[in-house]
Amino acid sequence: MIALLVRDLRLAMRAGGGFGLALAFFLIVVVLVPFALGPQPERLQDISTGVLWLGALLACLLSLDRIFALDYEDGSLEALATAPIPLEGVAAVKALAHWLTTGLPLTLAAPVLGLFLHLPAEGYLWLTLSLALGTPALSAIGAFGAALTVGLKRGGLLLSLIVLPLYVPTLIFGAEAARRGAEGFAVQTPLLLLAGLTAATLALLPFAAAAAIRINLR
Amino acid sequence: MPELGKYATEVLLAYAGAIAVLAGLIAVTIAQGRAVRDRLRRMEGDK
Amino acid sequence: MSLWEYANPKKFMATSGAVLPWFAVAAGLATLGGMIWGFFATPPDYKQGATVKIIFIHVPSAMMAINIWAMMLVASLIWVVRRHHVSALAAKAAAPVGLAMTLIALFTGATWGQPMWGTWWEWDPRLTSFLILFLFYLGYMALWAAIDSPDTAADLTAVLCLVGSVFAVLSRYAVNFWNQGLHQGASLSLDKEENVSDVYAYPLWLCMAGFFLLFVVLLLMRTRTEIRLRRIKALEARARMTDA
Repeated sequence: MIALLVRDLRLAMRAGGGFGLALAFFLIVVVLVPFALGPQPERLQDISTGVLWLGALLACLLSLDRIFALDYEDGSLEALATAPIPLEGVAAVKALAHWLTTGLPLTLAAPVLGLFLHLPAEGYLWLTLSLALGTPALSAIGAFGAALTVGLKRGGLLLSLIVLPLYVPTLIFGAEAARRGAEGFAVQTPLLLLAGLTAATLALLPFAAAAAIRINLR
Repeated sequence: MPELGKYATEVLLAYAGAIAVLAGLIAVTIAQGRAVRDRLRRMEGDK
Repeated sequence: MSLWEYANPKKFMATSGAVLPWFAVAAGLATLGGMIWGFFATPPDYKQGATVKIIFIHVPSAMMAINIWAMMLVASLIWVVRRHHVSALAAKAAAPVGLAMTLIALFTGATWGQPMWGTWWEWDPRLTSFLILFLFYLGYMALWAAIDSPDTAADLTAVLCLVGSVFAVLSRYAVNFWNQGLHQGASLSLDKEENVSDVYAYPLWLCMAGFFLLFVVLLLMRTRTEIRLRRIKALEARARMTDA
């Protein structure tokens, strides 16, 4: 399993796409916001946590279809399905690799981009923490969506349509935690709910993703 | 016509919209059903 | 004689064909009767005025919007566990009806909210949940439409329906947490105190029965169409085999 993880990470690095692309997309979204809403610091400050969460979520969405698509096309997914490790484990490792190449860089980039949006000083810690807790759930849900649509020629748009409604609870708890943190309120409740949600999706969705892959490989 | 008072527009709009959606759904269902049934009949008649 | 006999497409076609006209008449009578009764024969409410009449469409459609998803969940489970094709096709056939019901609930809610709350749309938990439900229906139908192989499509949509149900419930609670709402509680419950008065309750019950019957009729018709489509596909495949 570790070998698989290393292989996936290497492939992601070599292709270069996933890594840089999601970050660049995140940067562009954040840069576009002031153009759309005006440069007033107070206004940007009010919406900073929400924009950063939404930007990270959309950037995460961009690279989802790569989770299984390449392996499906060249047949290595079939090899993995017959390999001694369970397919559920493969799905979990793929989600982890996606998080390491997308969710983690986005989490680390968010505080820097927060500067552009005049994120209040108290917000940095909670924004980073909520993203660190929430993005694994985004990767796990996304891996499930990618598994559902892996057999399709043009699955990208459909993937977004399926995955975005599933992102609603994560976005609500994550953005709420970051917002409350930035405004100096207690963040414990949304943060705990977010952590619980992430734990549950990480535990359960690899099974659903593996089931979808089996169906697609049949 | 019942007395709808000052909210006549909203009430009529709600009823008209809902009935339009339902009628559309029913029409599509019937039309599709007919088309498919006729096609199947023709195919089974060919044999 | 067990319920599972209807999982046989032939048996299902025969029985559904026989009962369909009766259900259609009952659905038409109840829906039209309930709507006419509600629209023409109920007094305006002392607070809400005539807008109270919207309840006769809003509540039944909202009820069906949720229950149709539940029915799809049950049908998907039956498909996954027992591999009855009729069940999978019934889930597929139900989705557009559910989508239409959700749309009606949202639309009638908006036309009621405009005079009562002073806005067409409010990010209230119930409204927001229905909007999310609408998106779930869209995603489910899009996945069905996108996959060529019928069995693969049935399996994958069943998985999506299962996972989607969990997330739909989660979203409901998340949305509740996110924003406390304007929407009133239950209009019809066993607790008499908070109920709407009988003048409105009777036509409302009739409308709910009508919408339910209407759903049954549409579901049967659409499932029959799907079964015939499947048969056409099979015939075409056989024709291609003999040609080759």
